[in-house]
Amino acid sequence: MAESNDPVDVLIIGAGASGAALAWTLAETRMRIVCLEQGDWLNPAEYPSASKDWESRQYSDFSISPNQRKRVTDYPVNDQDSPIAVANFNGVGGSTILYAGHYPRFHPSDFRVKTLDGVADDWPLGYNDLEPYYAENDKMMGVSGLAGDPAYPPKPAVMPPLPLGKSGQVLGKGFNAMGWHWWPSDSAIASAAYDGRDKCANLGACTIGCAQGAKASSDITYWPHAIRAGVEVWTRCRVREITVNENDMASGVTYYDGDGNERFQAAEVVVLACNGVGTPRILLNSVSQRFPNGLANRNGLVGKNLMFHPYAAIHGVFDKPLDGYMGPGNCIWSQQFYETDRSRDFVRGFTYEITRGRGPVATAVTGMLSGRIPWGEGHHEKYRELFNRITGMVAICEDLPELHNTVTLDPKLTDSDGIPAPKISYKLSDNSRRMLDYAIDRGTEILEAAGATDVLTQAPIGVGGWHLMGTARMGTDPEKSVVNEWGRSHDVRNLFIVDGSIFVTSAGVNPTRTIQALSLYIGDTIKKRLTTLFD
Amino acid sequence: MSNQETLLASDLPLSEPQREILRALVGSIIPASKDYDTPGANDPLIFKDILVTVHPDADIVASGLEDINQQSMRNHNGVGFADLIASDQRVMVEKLSQALNPFLRTLVRIIAQCYYRDDRVMKALGMELRPPFPEGFTVEEGDWTLLEPVRRRGKLYREVDV
Repeated sequence: MAESNDPVDVLIIGAGASGAALAWTLAETRMRIVCLEQGDWLNPAEYPSASKDWESRQYSDFSISPNQRKRVTDYPVNDQDSPIAVANFNGVGGSTILYAGHYPRFHPSDFRVKTLDGVADDWPLGYNDLEPYYAENDKMMGVSGLAGDPAYPPKPAVMPPLPLGKSGQVLGKGFNAMGWHWWPSDSAIASAAYDGRDKCANLGACTIGCAQGAKASSDITYWPHAIRAGVEVWTRCRVREITVNENDMASGVTYYDGDGNERFQAAEVVVLACNGVGTPRILLNSVSQRFPNGLANRNGLVGKNLMFHPYAAIHGVFDKPLDGYMGPGNCIWSQQFYETDRSRDFVRGFTYEITRGRGPVATAVTGMLSGRIPWGEGHHEKYRELFNRITGMVAICEDLPELHNTVTLDPKLTDSDGIPAPKISYKLSDNSRRMLDYAIDRGTEILEAAGATDVLTQAPIGVGGWHLMGTARMGTDPEKSVVNEWGRSHDVRNLFIVDGSIFVTSAGVNPTRTIQALSLYIGDTIKKRLTTLFD
Repeated sequence: MSNQETLLASDLPLSEPQREILRALVGSIIPASKDYDTPGANDPLIFKDILVTVHPDADIVASGLEDINQQSMRNHNGVGFADLIASDQRVMVEKLSQALNPFLRTLVRIIAQCYYRDDRVMKALGMELRPPFPEGFTVEEGDWTLLEPVRRRGKLYREVDV
């Protein structure tokens, strides 16, 4: 085994959304910071939207499913015991390579769900604590939007909103007819040239990598700045475990390089940034005499309380051309049903994220599988009635933490280096089921009010495990949480977690903006406490 | 270079009889159209693409094709699917579309992704034969006055003192 006992100051595992933000904010300390990433740097010139068969590659090397993508840099996930399959990407930029860039903040109420609604737990911090870090992150990532959204406390927009287009106007009229809230989505997509990136060219392929560079994936936002400030990113380095010394302090990591060689790197501080599945996987695999059940897991909570966002898809067919495959997928959102309403049969709520349209392949696949497009006679005529005439929304439903929803280590399945794969066990709660039904009913009303002639629905979206949260939750009580209120492990005082696994609750919005704000917050706390960091 | 141009004999993931069943099946699912001037999914170029794309799913596809052939032979006096008359193939395909299984879901995805990237098909749909990048597309800005009713209704979020 190749060893480096010369410790780096800070070793970050994972170069995705949170690892990049942390590396950047810590860079000013002049510490030696190294980030180990199991994937590669991506070359935007090789993204699918630079080739004619752009859409079909979402089913192969740019699939959101690691089990379908099967890159050498991926690890398999056993999600047979879950109605929702994990979606992710492994590489510099992490899952921001494939995310939509739909980029809402949490709301103030999201941090106080126990106090307000009597469910789950309150966070150990609040919206006001994170607000400065949201603002800092917004500038680093470059957020398009429109100030004045009545669903939020005042927040600035860094760039103008993305265009409404035909789809946004049709749906905006539908919401207006119902008297319900909608607003241009905050998007991590540049609507104007920004920080060396060109503005969105409406490629219509945001979720398979943005060749234009308009979408704010962290490989082209935070990382160039962090690297210029001295941070090192080592790719093709897959961490197997975090090692500890006799003082219950992390001593470094054991990892495999791109050739499969086992290596060791010592570190003064270790930071996990692998999100809600990757982080508990490494912790549970870091078994030692002092931590026989996995690192930072003396209370048994690592891997528990897994939260997805159960998604419902509600789309309408219209009798006129809409935006179809053109434009950023992001358009508008609605938070009419976001806050708890006791007259409904569920607690908490959801966001409608409008998805502008779909491409020719997706139109065919969904049409042929839903029975809308016949097999054989009539295929072409019906296809043309749907092509470029579908728009609608997905409902992002808040998922509440439950101990029985877990990430564990699969006893048989491994990655190519022999590291145990994660196994997901997840059940959709009754509250989520009722919320999904409600979202479909209201979504159908919106589409019909907008003039839809047919409505297609699905819930939950089986491939929709984009958001991975809660498996190493934060809190002030060491018996009820894995990390403290500033991301430090209760059990291991030089081990930090900065990703979605520390979420106490999931809110009803896409999590990346909050993950990154939290990472900046934790980084800032580390900087302020450098001399007493391990006390 | 597309899959339509790169198929080698060694790329063939299915046996010859299985390929004939597949060719007949995909041609029945998406037939050619004179009205729209489009080929069927059994067009030689598109079918080559399908054969290459099947590769990662060859096992499930091979097994599914064998099942369909057995079904055909049971119901049509020993005649395999590829040898059925067109009207019998159509009836069988109609029934298959109403009883989706993992094989058929996989097959639909493969047919759709190969058919709807063929230049002739794209041209018939009125699409430009180019990748999205770098030219991109134009999306109209839209009428932002539609937001006025939303503005008038006022604040929607709960105040929390934290």
